[in-house]
This record gives sequence, structure tokens and C-alpha cells, in this order.
Amino acid sequence: MNHHHDGPIGEAELECWVAQVRGGQLLRRDFIQRLAALGIAAPLGGLMLMNAGVANAQTAFNYKPTKRGGGGTLRLLYWQGPTLLNPHFATGTKDQEGCAIFYEALARWDTDGNLVPVLAVEIPSRENGGLAPDGKWVLWKLKKGVTWHDGKPFTADDVVFNYQYAIDPATAAVTAGVYSDLKVEKVDSHTIRVVFDKPAPFWPGIYSSSQLIPKHIFAPFSGAKSREAPANLKPVGTGPYKFVDFKPGDMVRASINTGYHQANKPHFDAVEMKGGGDAVSAARAVLQTGEYDYAWNLLVEDEVLKRMEAGGKGRVDFAAGGSVEAIYLNCTDPNTEIDGERASAKSKHPLFSDPAVRKAMGLLIDRAAIQEFIYGRTGVATANFVNNPARFRSPNMKFEFSVDKANALLDGAGWKRGSNGIREKDGKKLKLLFQTSTNTARQKVQAIVKQACSKAGIELELKAVQGSVFFSSDMANPDTYGKFWADIQMYNVTQGRPDPERHMQRFASWEIAQKANKWLGSNLVRWRSDEFDKAFRDSEAELDPVKRAALYIRMNDLVCGDGHVIPLLYRPAVNGLANKLMAPLSGWGTDMGSLSDWYKEA
Amino acid sequence: MGPYLMRRILIALPSLLGISAVLFTVLALAPGDPFEELATNPNVPAEVRVMLRAKFGLDDPIWQRYFHWLMAMMQGDWGYSFISRVDVDQLILQRVPVTLAVIGASQVVALLIALPIGIISAVKPYSWFDRIFSTLALVGFSLPTFFSGLLLILLFSITLGWLPFVYRADISATGWEWWWLHLKQSLMPVMVLGLFQAASWMRYVRSAVLDVIKLDFVTTARSKGLKERVVIMKHVVRNALTPVVTLVALRMPAVFGGAIVTEQIFRIPGIGSLLIDAILRNDTPVIMGVTFVFSCLVILFNLIADLLYGWLDPRISFR
Repeated sequence: MNHHHDGPIGEAELECWVAQVRGGQLLRRDFIQRLAALGIAAPLGGLMLMNAGVANAQTAFNYKPTKRGGGGTLRLLYWQGPTLLNPHFATGTKDQEGCAIFYEALARWDTDGNLVPVLAVEIPSRENGGLAPDGKWVLWKLKKGVTWHDGKPFTADDVVFNYQYAIDPATAAVTAGVYSDLKVEKVDSHTIRVVFDKPAPFWPGIYSSSQLIPKHIFAPFSGAKSREAPANLKPVGTGPYKFVDFKPGDMVRASINTGYHQANKPHFDAVEMKGGGDAVSAARAVLQTGEYDYAWNLLVEDEVLKRMEAGGKGRVDFAAGGSVEAIYLNCTDPNTEIDGERASAKSKHPLFSDPAVRKAMGLLIDRAAIQEFIYGRTGVATANFVNNPARFRSPNMKFEFSVDKANALLDGAGWKRGSNGIREKDGKKLKLLFQTSTNTARQKVQAIVKQACSKAGIELELKAVQGSVFFSSDMANPDTYGKFWADIQMYNVTQGRPDPERHMQRFASWEIAQKANKWLGSNLVRWRSDEFDKAFRDSEAELDPVKRAALYIRMNDLVCGDGHVIPLLYRPAVNGLANKLMAPLSGWGTDMGSLSDWYKEA
Repeated sequence: MGPYLMRRILIALPSLLGISAVLFTVLALAPGDPFEELATNPNVPAEVRVMLRAKFGLDDPIWQRYFHWLMAMMQGDWGYSFISRVDVDQLILQRVPVTLAVIGASQVVALLIALPIGIISAVKPYSWFDRIFSTLALVGFSLPTFFSGLLLILLFSITLGWLPFVYRADISATGWEWWWLHLKQSLMPVMVLGLFQAASWMRYVRSAVLDVIKLDFVTTARSKGLKERVVIMKHVVRNALTPVVTLVALRMPAVFGGAIVTEQIFRIPGIGSLLIDAILRNDTPVIMGVTFVFSCLVILFNLIADLLYGWLDPRISFR
């Protein structure tokens, strides 16, 4: 186990150091160095200080304009346009992006995964009395003097209303899950308390960065009438820009909110968000012709992006987030049925149950080459499942590519090469089915892995499934990733927020996807470890962020060390920006969430 | 004529019903679900997705969903989009003007090109003029619009930088500037579609005129001493264009249906791109709505073409 936090130094001494940093007697850098000498990684030290209420050394975004407006029209290009403008109905990122032009949340996540106040006065901490010592509630103070676009004041009633609106099943809100396990209560006109059912170590949850709608506009349309609200298509928010016009899937237009609650913001006089088309031509419109200022989510090969950047009109921004592309070796046997269920959780994979085979597979995946030749800047080779924010990244995992070592390992474990060069043992041949979704980059990765495997006497059969089938939850379809009726599969998952709790839950035994839960469980590889389960349960109750981070690092090492999960790369958010456009993009939330800070250099 | 019309409309009803039943079944059997994106979002628990599916009736048996849809449709309720929760008829109406303008303009351009060139080619067959334009027409309808569209973008937007390649339906300018900006952005999509259509129509006009020009009544007209111009315009073209008019009428549903690929390339917010988006997102009510409008139009214009044919050529009677 990773007992960094239980070092030879006592809690009292540590707290004394933290107090010195706060008081300025001890430099932040020296504090980190002292901890490093004790074996505590730098990001953890920073977390310790943040938890104690010492401000983070943020890579602050420098907003230069000294007056409101005057920036002209900001032209945004989304190859998938927003289809609705009510954040509670937003089924996809594109819709949340469209809503975020008008609506704001209590806080938002910045580039480094730190919380920044928006409609809140400050971020709750133990220091300012915002956090309960037992982790069961959080107190949020709301900014005073904030008004909705129609001039009505923003108050605690609005925040409480959003909670009630979302949890009403008749509303059919996508955000219903945001408020599960918690209640939102009004304390006074500008204070709310969020009460958790059980202690919540990750108290910002999702609610704190969820966009808020006005009570006075939506109250008559709560519940079954939710679809009839005119404001679903004509938002009235607190955001930097006001609604002008909306055509679903095509265009959102907004103009400056001159009563915005932050001084000198926003910079632009108007915003246009155009939807439709494809990612490549969206990249072209920003990087090559300069018709647009910003292009969202450029799922384009890096080689193509580089060629377009040479046009000199724009640049590509890569914001670190929590997406990780990984290869999974099935823990269960997809080819036999137990109680009428293929890949039953009760079965064991006949080949991957041998650790030598798993380890050999890990050695046969050339992650460095996959990054260099396929993903370029759009993917960073990694040995970890949790990569960001840095405070949760394990320093213990390494990756290596070596066909010789893989061969030696398999030889040692008794897998002999047959007449056709394919290894076998006890009549079982190393022939495996490798599936993924149809995608140029993924098929290239499949080919690279297949080639390396054939050199080690493992035969891979490659299969590519249409994305809409592979990622669907269709119970009747045998080719979904949830069923995982293959030996190996590869796909990308996102962490969604700068905390690995939900991300790590994917390997908890009670999340195993199976017939009983209609394959909706998130543990698709069907991995099971008692030690992991215990560590996860511990993390759910661990309020000390440093000890909690150490638990996640331990969990990451358990998952990745066992060999059934082979992380390949973590993938940043890729966006195109015009040369003069300055925007603090974050991989942890909507890009439009920081729209009030966007500006163009003269 | 009256009974004929009645009969045609009565025949149309079961075919519309059949079309909608087949469409609905195919859509229901196709993989995917409108809340797919939620599945990959770790912030949305699976229960929310299950709840939404139940709420929108996606878990009901296919026949039950179809009858719900059909009953509502008969009462004029088109349903609402699963994705945007906007009424389907409203979504379609929003897209109609752009589609009419762009695709309509391209059909006019196609006619303006195809008619004169087709006629001249037929009057002087195998001349240099005819050969050049026959070759161009062959190239024209061999090049798919998605390819010629990209070529034009590469030339006029990227290399020369003259024309924008992102179409914007609501331009905030007024007066002459509004017209100028619209002209600039419509030029490429209209040309791509117009030239493609012109290529095939040109061949059609040519062969229709060639068929007529050899007939005896033309020779008679010439021997009466009529001017060549009068012979061609009054006697040849008038008779030759009967089948062409039918062809154009049959092509009209496409004007409403939009040009799916071209709209996607130039980001024209027309009905075609609405359909594509709806299909990609498994938004069944919108797909049903758009395709239903489209099938109605096909049936309607088939009828109009038949009626037109009889009106232009009195020898054909309706029975």
C-alpha cells in the first residue's frame, strides 16, 4: 500500500507547517520540498494547503480589457449545434455549451481542476466555515446584486427551485441525477445549505457547476408542463450575454448583458454560435480561413490540424481533462454460457486468467508509437487510468514495449508455439477477438497491436463495430461494449469532473455489467478485487483530501497493475481558436462556462 | 377529371399509411437511442436514462408506439423532438424558407442553363458546340455534389478567399448589404446543385428536341417559309418540352426535401440537414415528420405531373 501520508512526521507538526505557509513564514515551495523529502508528492502537498484554506498558486488567466464591450461579434462554430437552451434538458455537451452562454452556476472548474466562484461569493472551505466538520453539509454564500436578464434579483430561492425542478420525475430532467443523495435548503435570501445523505468527501459534486434557471420564469412550468415553457427556447439567465435568437441545431445569437455582475466584462458586443457540418471543415474555418473565432471539439487527426495551423489564422488549444482511452482484457469468458448468460460474472476468462498472458499483452502495446504516429498532440501515452488533475496521478505505474520480454514471459509460463506459430497450452490457443468502435484512429491502433501480438505468437481477430451500436445500451444487440462479448475491447471514457470517484467506481464489483442490471453497470471489464472494493468504500468516507487522494492512487495501481485494464492515452479537449482570441478553456466543464473571461487582443 | 382526382387521392392514402408503417418499423429496429450521449457521461447515472426512456415511451412495443404516433398525427399533432423537446412541425417550418430559397434557386439556375444549351445542341447536333457541352454534361453528372462542393470550397474559400463556406441563415445586415452577403454565401451551394441538375436536364432537353425536330410537321413548317427561329421556338420546343415539364415537376419534392449532402457541406440549415441530424441522434419523431412530409410531396407531385401532362397534351385522357 501507498502509505505516503502515514510518514514519520506527526499530524501536529504538519499542521504547524501549514500554518507557517499561511502566515508567510514558510514559502510554499519550501513546504512542498519538505514534504517531498518525506515522500509526499508535490500535487498532494498542494492539495493539503488548499484544504487548509491556503490559496492555490493558480495559473491565473489575465483578463486585459479595462471596459465592458467593444469587442465586436464573437463567432463560435460547433459542428453539432445546440438543440435546446434549458440546461435541465441538455442531453449532450453541445446543449450545455449553448445554455452556458446565458446561464451560470455557483462555481466552475478552471483549467487545473480548481473551483472558481461564479454566482457564489467564495468557495466554501473549512476556514470560512462553509464546510461541515463531518462532511454532511456545505454552506454557499450567493453574490448579492446579481440580476436575471429581465432585471429580477437572483436569490437563494432560485437555487432551491432548481433542485426541486430537477428532482420532480414529471419534469423529466436530465439533471435529476445531479441532486440525488442531497437536499438544497435556503438559509437566508443569499445563503443556501446543501445537505448530503451521508458524508460527502467530494462536496462540490455536480450541483455546484450546474447551470441555474430563474424561479420566476420556470415555476409555472415545473413538472408535467416543463416542455411548454417558452423560456426553454428563449433563456433568461444571469450570464454575460442576453438572448437574441435561437434556431435549434443551427444558430444561437446573443448580445451583451450590460448589467453583468462582473466589472469590465464581458468583452464582446454579440455572440453567434453556428451549428452543423463536420469537425474537419470547422477546424478549417478557424485555422485556415479565419471565418470563425472558435471551433469546438476538433476530433481531427493531429496531422491535419498541424497542416491547417500552418495557415497562420488560428491555433489549437489542448486542455487537460479526464478522458482516457484504454484496452480492456475481459475477466469473464465470452464464449461459454452460464445460466444462459455469456460472459457471466461467474465465469473466468480461459486465457486472461493467466497473469503471464495479461502481462505479455501489456508489453505488446506500443503506447509511445501510438501517440507519436496516430494521436499526436491529441493523446498522451500513459500507464494510469486516473491522469488528471495531477494530484490524483500515480507515480508508480510504468509502461514498456518489448516483444522479447513478452515472448520470454509466455515461454516461461508454458505457452508453446504450435505448428502455425500460435502459442497454446493445455489445448487452449492464444487466439483472441479484439473489438472497438469504427474510427480511423482506433482501427490503426488495432492494427499496431495485432502486428506486435503476431510476433509473440498471439493471434488477434479484429472487429470494428459502428459507434452507434457499440456505445448503445440496446439490450437486444450482442455487439455493445456493455455486453463485451469479445476477449479484448478498446474505447474512451471520460471522468466528467476533476475528481476520480465516479471514474474509479467503474471497477467496483457491485458495478459489474450483467444481465441482472440490463448491462447498465459501469464495470464493463467485470474486474473484481476485494482490496479495491474496500479501498473504494474507505474513500467514500475519507474526508481528509490527502488520504483520499492516496486511496485513489492505490486504487489506480490495483486496477492497472493487475493487467486486465491497459490504459493507452489520456485525451485532452481539442479546440480551435483564432490567433488573437484569449480564452481560459478547461477540460473539466463547458467551454462557454468561462465565456465572460474571453477577449480578443487588439 | 374529378373522379380521376378522387381515385388518385384515395389510392394515395393507403400508400402513405404503408410508407409510415415501414419507416417506423425500420427506425425502431435500427440500433441506437436518443439518449446515447448520456450513457457516456459519468455525471449522469444510468437510472436517469432509464427514466427518460420510460417517460418518452421508448420501451413500449413497436406497434404500440406506432399507433400512438398515427393517432396523434391524424389529429394534427406531429409530436415533439426527443432531443430538443420542440414540436416537430415547428422545427420543419423553421427550415423550409432556407431550403426553398437555396434549392429553388439552384433549380432555376439549372433550367436557365439546361434549356438554351439543350435546344442549341439539338438544333445543331454533332457540332463543336454540341460536343463541348455534351462532354461537360457528362463530367457534370459524373461528379458527385459532395466532391464538386469541396473543390469549390478549396478554390474560392481557401485558395482565393473570396467566398465564405459556412452558410448563415440570419444575417444581421440590412438593405443592399443583406442581399450581397446572401448572394455571396449562396453562390457556391446554388452552383454546385444547379450545375449538377443542369447536366442531366441538358441531355434530356437535347434528346427531346432531337426527337421532335425530325418529325414531318417541322419540315412542313419550314417549307411554309417560316423563319428558322419561329420554327424552333413555336413548333419544335413547345412540343418537345411536354416531357421535360413532367420531369421538372417530378423533381419538385427534392426542392422541399433539400439536398442532404450539400446542406451538410455548406452548413445550410435546411430540411436535409435537419433530417441528417435527427437520424444521427435517433430522434424518431423528427425523422418520421420529415420523411412523412417528403412522401406526401412525392405523391402530390406525381399527381401534378400526370395532370400537367394531360393538360399539355390533350391526346391523353384521364380515366
